[in-house]
Amino acid sequence: MKLVLLWSDILFFLLIAATVAGAVVASRTEHLRQCWRRVGQSRVGMGAAAVLAVFFLIGAVDSLHFRPQLPDSPQGEPRYSAEVLSALDVLLTPLRTRTEKTYSAPLATHLYAKETLDDAGRDFPPLQYPGTHLFGTDKVGQDVLYLTLKSIRTGLLIGTLTTLIMLPAAVFLGLLAGYAGGWIDDVIQYLYTTLNSIPGVLLIAAAVLMMQVAIDNHPEWFATSAERADARLLALCAILGITSWTGLCRLLRGETLKLRELEYVQAARALGVSGTRILWRHILPNVMHIVMIAIVMDFSGLVLAEAVLSYVGIGVDPNTISFGTMINTARMELAREPMVWWSLAAAFAFMFVLVLAANLFADAMRDAFDPRMVDR
Amino acid sequence: MSLLAVRDLSVAIGAASPVEGVSFDIAAGETFALLGESGCGKSMTALALMRLLPDAARIAGGSVQFAGNDLCALSEAQMRGVRGGKIGMIFQEPGSSLNPVMTIGAQIAEALNVHADSVDGNRVVELLAAVGIPDPQRRATEYPFQMSGGMKQRAMIAMTLAGEPELLIADEPTTALDVTIQAQVLDLLDGLRRQRRMAILLISHDLGVVAQMADRIGVMYAGQLVEVAPRAAFFATPGHPYARRLFAALPNAASRQYRLATIPGSVPPLGTLHAGCRFAERCGEVLPICRVQVPPWREHAPGHAVRCHLDALLSQKVGAGETASASLPTGSGTPLLEVADLRVHFPIRRGVLQRAVGHVLAVDGVSLRLDAGRTLALVGESGCGKTTVGKAILGLQAPTAGMVKLHGALMHGLAPAAMQMVFQDPFGSLNPRLRVEEIIAEGSPTARVDELLQQVGLSADMANRYSHEFSGGQRQRIAIARALAVKPILLICDEPTSALDVSVQAQILNLLTDLQAQLGLAYLFITHNIAVVDYLAQEVAVMYLGRIVERGTVDEVLRGARHPYTQALLAAVPKIEGGNEYLRVAGDPPSPANPPAGCHFHPRCPRAVARCREAYPEAEALSATHAACCFLAGAK
Amino acid sequence: MLAYLIRRLLYALPILIGVNVITFALFFIVNTPDDMARMQLGVKRVTPEAIEKWKSERGYDKPLFWNDSAAGADKLSDTIFFGKSVKMFALDFGRADDGRDIAREITLRMGPSLVVAMPVFALGLFAAITFALLLVYFRATYLDFAGVVLCVGMMSVSGLFYIIGGQWLVSKIWHLVPISGYAEGMTAAKFVILPVIVSVLAGIGSSARWYRTIFLEEYTRDYVRTARAKGLSERWVLFRHVLRNALIPILTGAVVVIPTLFMGSLLIEAFFGIPGLGSYTIDAINAQDFAVVRAMVFIGSALYIVGLLLTDISYTLVDPRIRLS
Repeated sequence: MKLVLLWSDILFFLLIAATVAGAVVASRTEHLRQCWRRVGQSRVGMGAAAVLAVFFLIGAVDSLHFRPQLPDSPQGEPRYSAEVLSALDVLLTPLRTRTEKTYSAPLATHLYAKETLDDAGRDFPPLQYPGTHLFGTDKVGQDVLYLTLKSIRTGLLIGTLTTLIMLPAAVFLGLLAGYAGGWIDDVIQYLYTTLNSIPGVLLIAAAVLMMQVAIDNHPEWFATSAERADARLLALCAILGITSWTGLCRLLRGETLKLRELEYVQAARALGVSGTRILWRHILPNVMHIVMIAIVMDFSGLVLAEAVLSYVGIGVDPNTISFGTMINTARMELAREPMVWWSLAAAFAFMFVLVLAANLFADAMRDAFDPRMVDR
Repeated sequence: MSLLAVRDLSVAIGAASPVEGVSFDIAAGETFALLGESGCGKSMTALALMRLLPDAARIAGGSVQFAGNDLCALSEAQMRGVRGGKIGMIFQEPGSSLNPVMTIGAQIAEALNVHADSVDGNRVVELLAAVGIPDPQRRATEYPFQMSGGMKQRAMIAMTLAGEPELLIADEPTTALDVTIQAQVLDLLDGLRRQRRMAILLISHDLGVVAQMADRIGVMYAGQLVEVAPRAAFFATPGHPYARRLFAALPNAASRQYRLATIPGSVPPLGTLHAGCRFAERCGEVLPICRVQVPPWREHAPGHAVRCHLDALLSQKVGAGETASASLPTGSGTPLLEVADLRVHFPIRRGVLQRAVGHVLAVDGVSLRLDAGRTLALVGESGCGKTTVGKAILGLQAPTAGMVKLHGALMHGLAPAAMQMVFQDPFGSLNPRLRVEEIIAEGSPTARVDELLQQVGLSADMANRYSHEFSGGQRQRIAIARALAVKPILLICDEPTSALDVSVQAQILNLLTDLQAQLGLAYLFITHNIAVVDYLAQEVAVMYLGRIVERGTVDEVLRGARHPYTQALLAAVPKIEGGNEYLRVAGDPPSPANPPAGCHFHPRCPRAVARCREAYPEAEALSATHAACCFLAGAK
Repeated sequence: MLAYLIRRLLYALPILIGVNVITFALFFIVNTPDDMARMQLGVKRVTPEAIEKWKSERGYDKPLFWNDSAAGADKLSDTIFFGKSVKMFALDFGRADDGRDIAREITLRMGPSLVVAMPVFALGLFAAITFALLLVYFRATYLDFAGVVLCVGMMSVSGLFYIIGGQWLVSKIWHLVPISGYAEGMTAAKFVILPVIVSVLAGIGSSARWYRTIFLEEYTRDYVRTARAKGLSERWVLFRHVLRNALIPILTGAVVVIPTLFMGSLLIEAFFGIPGLGSYTIDAINAQDFAVVRAMVFIGSALYIVGLLLTDISYTLVDPRIRLS
């Protein structure tokens, strides 16, 4: 067995580490502790958080990648499979390996289409693993539940890494524009107005097309197809990030403009505190709630966007298992007679639960963190 | 029979009761004032009468009899006929209380549509004229943002008059206005009351306003009425210890040599459980019984009832405290602060290329001089540029011209630590994300936080807490400690007490006097409150529209004012003693973007002569320290 | 006010130039024309001649910014930057890979896009505002709570689900309207009605919830209390004061998208076979037709900038505080 560390794995675990570190800091800071206590008092919020935690756990297990040793590799000089597996794959080995020939309905005992059998003419052939496929199987006989569980990681990555990538730029530029003013403000405003005026989907489409050209022209960059798909996923996150930082940046600029005039900032200036220190001590902590709310609010939108973009053909690599690619392939099956509905239903159901939990959690967090709400 | 009879009215917000068991009567044509500090439940009482309580609050008990009807028993539809019809209401913030995107005329017409039988187009104009709005025809077509604060409050009053109310509830009607405008609005209200035999329920925290307006007074504390009395009896012999202490906490010239009496602590927060008297914790004359048993009402004289266990009228009137600290140094040699011809102009940009087409002359040639260890008060109404002067001296605002010298050294850019500022808003001046110790050590990491906390009257164990746990007065103390940490010799205090209740204001004023005596601090005290000036300052400069119009010692300016504006300003302050000589000024201050030619004050000045329209008067020296910028200053 | 608008117009110009430069960099600097040719022709075993031919057919064989071999002003104008980017300001978009004139294609396809997008915009706004008003009217009751729950639920459903579910239910099960397609004239209605309903449904959850927050915030204002103190009825307060004032930010905020309605919706047009600009873009993306994508990016940005201008104008018209100062 050989560990494979994909870039997205590293970032995903960094993100989890950062969340843990953030939680430690929050538990030491009085007002953050209070805010989180308010989140904790919201039953809906905590329920949503529990659901999200399960999703994130699945995503984390699915981010431990390795290449299994080939069984026939000679002693002392192990050879590894080109296929990259994850810890989740190991846990789900029964689901992953129990493939059928083609479509079968949820918990069915027989295939979905008649076939010519050796002995008894045309009939529904029995499944190899009858009654084990909770959500049925797809065209090539893959278990749909397995596919849906594997889609979770992609959705989570898009939802979190995108915000993470754009966050430093949005926060830095927003605070700088608001605090420095003058020509710096003009330049930053020009920058985000310009980027913002390009319709998002089109900019993403153009950028993804270009990225595709670059990746296709340089097959030597990637050792495995998993790495290639991973690079494409990260590039998609980056592109989504570049097109979506403008909103947060503008919000932070406005807030900084307000905070800059507050008396405690004036008092700090009168005490001779330097500009960077004022930004760090007085402005940043007081806009952090906006940043936090933006992170959770963007998450659900991004998960939904992934499905749409993958459908349009400008999303993740077609080989990456995601809600979007699942829906994309399953859509054609609706036109079959009789209809194959279960892959579509499973993908939509999981996505709905994930997005709903994220939305509810975002609401609970906004209520707890927004000072205007707190005052009421 | 009384017009309004409130019996045992209680309001509940969840488990808390911001108003509990309030009873009072108002007769037709009478002004009844509810007096108390913020958070005492005055506004909540008024809103309960109108049944306009916020969503979270509800009337928990009691009855409101108005002209024979129980308002609490009326249906919502019937109640709408009472609101704006029988009872009108005006609010504290005329700016936000009018719909910003409807014309004044349309908003008044709305009220007329509901309550008047026949709507006549002229009625709107008549109403505007009745509240003294000049050019009512044109004003009716204007939007609120085109009017000054005083005009908006007049328009609000006109709107309530549309329904010919028998009772007008005025909730802090002049608190957001300048004193000269306040005087105009109070006169208007009183005139309307006489004309229309309308009763007024006046809600105010200002003893002066109440003294001028009210026939009878009810004092509220922590949701309860604690004293009801006719005006004369109340101001002669206030009965409740809370009321007596409120009087003693008022700063004025007479208390100058003394520390002000303060009420320790602050109004208990909503939701506090009370076993006995709600004031017991802060009362100087508290008895054991006060803590366990709710005091009964006692009638000391006909119409004068007090809710106190003490036989209040027998107890001593609370006098001022011990004598304040030693005498102050007198000025000599180099002044500590010297400001010459300071100007701050803000460009007004217009047009395609955003060229400056004019300037707002926020500060237009101000010169000041302040000696070490002394207090100079900079007095003026809102928008006169006094805060900008403070910021420009500190370097927080870049001056357009002029010079600032500290100890004879010319200053550029940000001022050194020797000069610090204390701000008005105790909630905006402390970063909510920092602990008290971090806030205080902001300017000097080596500061002894515990010593500083004790110096400003807080305990050292508060250093670890966050500012939101503190009351307004405590926050202001923390802000002062932060400034003291860098060992300044001059503090610029920008309205440090105007956001505080009277009793807390007294605590802060005492602290400032103590610090001045201990540390030899000089204060540039920016304020609009004449009483505070009289108590604290040695010298005064009066600002009007970006310029200083009169300066001198406190006695010279406050008791021998020569500039008509100063005289008007002083006269407009409502006095507890009553009977002041009125020099009313009409109209609003003009815009500093376009000051009138000649003397800036001439359009409002009752004594203006032809010369005043032509040239701005030079400062005329009346004594070594006293000068006024008026052509008529020399002539008596 | 005129000066203000002129200034805004002047400010739009550098933004448009910025957009142009960004698209140019994206399409010609990130990947060279050679890369794109190789991509189009199939990466493996492509001859240099084939690449050169592909480039010269499309005018990508010129230098990027500076043509040394040309004479005079052509040194600047006979370049990729001038030919492909600067000319877009003159609405000259060149030809698509299939040889068709892009500008002509755009004028043909604008119509169908508008036929779908305009009703979606108007109905969507109307439905969301009405729904939000209903919730606000019943605020702090179970009806309001249920409505908010419904909103959150609806906004948590993928847009694809509305489309696929709508097509399946309405067209396949109920056979009410054709699954997809388009026709000119009045017959367009039967093709357009389903995509419009689906789009409105997909958008109503989030916008109704957002408008509800705006309305509720307006309800806490002091002037609403004044209006009640005047004795006005609750309905009058809601419509004349709360709704009117809250509509100013809502409507002026909606104005910005009006010009971009021309662009249509990628998803809806692709699913329902509407021959508009949205499906044109999707086809171009799938065919990797860079010239079309570049043109659409430019047009989309230009229309958005027009939208920003219209927002400014509508603000000055609607809000007296801006109109009169």
